[in-house]
Amino acid sequence: MTALIETRPAVFPTQLTKHIGLRDTVSQTFTMAYRALIRLRRTPEQWADVLLMPFIFTFMFAFLFGGAIAGSVSDYLPALIPAIIVQGVVQASVVTGTQLREDMDTGVFDRFRSLPMARIAPLAGALMTDTIRYAAITALTMLVGALIGWRPGGGWGIVLAGLLVIVTAWAVSWIWALLGVTARTAGTVQGIAMLIMMPLTFFSNAFVPTSTLPDWLRPVADANPVSHLITAVRELTISGTVGWDVLWTLIGAVVIVAVFAPLTVRAYIRKA
Amino acid sequence: MITGPAIEAEGLVKVFGTNRAVDGVDLRVEQGAVYGVLGPNGAGKTTTISMLATLLRPEAGAARIFGHDVVAEPNVVRQLIGVTGQYASVDEKVSGLENMIVFGRLLGLSHREAKRKGLELLESFGLADAAKRPVGKYSGGMRRRLDLASSLISQPPLIFLDEPTTGLDPRTRGQMWDVIRGLVEGGSTVLLTTQYLDEADQLADRIAVIDRGKVVAEGTADELKGMVGTSSLLLRVADAAQTLVAVAAVEQVLGTTATVTPEAARVTAPMTDPERVTDLLIRLREQGIRLDEISVQKPTLDEVFLTITGHTAETADEAAEDEEVAA
Ligand SMILES: Nc1ncnc2c1ncn2[C@@H]1O[C@H](COP(=O)(O)OP(=O)(O)O)[C@@H](O)[C@H]1O
Ligand SMILES: [Mg+2]
Repeated sequence: MTALIETRPAVFPTQLTKHIGLRDTVSQTFTMAYRALIRLRRTPEQWADVLLMPFIFTFMFAFLFGGAIAGSVSDYLPALIPAIIVQGVVQASVVTGTQLREDMDTGVFDRFRSLPMARIAPLAGALMTDTIRYAAITALTMLVGALIGWRPGGGWGIVLAGLLVIVTAWAVSWIWALLGVTARTAGTVQGIAMLIMMPLTFFSNAFVPTSTLPDWLRPVADANPVSHLITAVRELTISGTVGWDVLWTLIGAVVIVAVFAPLTVRAYIRKA
Repeated sequence: MITGPAIEAEGLVKVFGTNRAVDGVDLRVEQGAVYGVLGPNGAGKTTTISMLATLLRPEAGAARIFGHDVVAEPNVVRQLIGVTGQYASVDEKVSGLENMIVFGRLLGLSHREAKRKGLELLESFGLADAAKRPVGKYSGGMRRRLDLASSLISQPPLIFLDEPTTGLDPRTRGQMWDVIRGLVEGGSTVLLTTQYLDEADQLADRIAVIDRGKVVAEGTADELKGMVGTSSLLLRVADAAQTLVAVAAVEQVLGTTATVTPEAARVTAPMTDPERVTDLLIRLREQGIRLDEISVQKPTLDEVFLTITGHTAETADEAAEDEEVAA
């Protein structure tokens, strides 16, 4: 280090603004998304599991249950791949909450709070980058499926299915974001999220047809929003059909965002 | 340019549970000055800065930065300040340059401008070689410099520095002092907190001594020293083994309690009558004690602190820690 550090003279801002406009808010959100991207690149270990999951689950379920449930592996894949995608993406959405908690606990958030920037930008930026993770899981699972014989006939429906999954996961991540903003530690977020996620993903039509479930459980599994999403994705990938379940899923996503986004933003601004 | 003080605060209060962390702090900092907030650990320095920098909302009282209220106009205040916290507010996971780019862009610079300015600042803070390395691999001193560099991107007219040299080695501390002096020469106002009495003495034009959330004294370093009223004797014995004999002699002749500073085996004692020094020197000669150093000076800020608060900085520190445990 040189002995003498050159410092620059102070600049008194010529124009002081009381509030942050929409344009600045958007540009700051993109900057925060950019930051999240750099962090992704710098911490590959944090998303290695996210990328491994599609491989492990696809192989495990296909070869373990394929014969028992559908007679053969290739007959099981059209039902299985959508389930793995939905399960993987919904699980990955929890990371939004845990990372937000961890991030808010680090000193750099103190700096964000002292900068003249929109309070919402760090939150919005983080959620924006998370969609990249969902896209990666979706694409990877489809690729693994194709490698072991998944041949969907849905055409453009496959792309629509991917988009539907990403939009829904983004909506669901608002739930974990609220948990992340209010919980004490990242571990708490993880714990609570798992408690909700496990029954939600398994008491569904994900891995077995609901007709095989006991009478008391079947209506629960049929009403489960995860089941609707999986059905929608199956119909889209198998035949390109845009069924009622697509609508139900989108309505569900809108309701989640309408409820949780304002709650999260309020809790976040109060804390930040 | 704006006239009037850089900081005006009246009756700031912040309570954590039952702990009145900041309990009615008044401050007035003129533009272009270095203002020192001096106090032991737990005195409420960080909490005070947090309220002035819009990071915490005061529970009572008001503060204005260049005339702008911190609660009513936080965004305006944020455009006028740079904050270097006690703990580095930078992203450990990414590189120093990436940090600077993100902060620059958030301040409204384009990506290219943010990068250019970031590189420039990193270079002037001696971090050019480390620009591409993750901050997690930086040393404590490097992190501090990066943190300070990050606060200077917008060249703010008011800079808060929360214990900028705590934990730094003497050489790096000297460099930090040079930086602070340079900032003031460039027209910035600096509010710095410190636990080091000599740091406040060296840098600050005015000093507020803060203890348990209250300002217990305010003034220039000389004024604060003057508050103690008497002069202070300092001597160092050539043969350390004779230190205790010297202490006994000092106490007998001056009639006050002498203290031995552990690191340098120096003996200090307050004096009411400087004339007595002659008597003391004769006594020491009689006892065959040779001196390396002797001086009569105005009291140090350490002694000021003792006089004002009735306890030393160290015991205040422990008291605060006890409270934390109890809380
Ligand atoms: N977020 C907090 N929650 C509860 N107590 C706090 C918090 N921040 C500081 N304190 C307490 O407030 C007092 C003042 O703390 P602080 O302002 O950090 O002192 P300093 O910076 O002078 O060391 C301490 O007793 C500390 O324990
Ligand atoms: Mg502090």
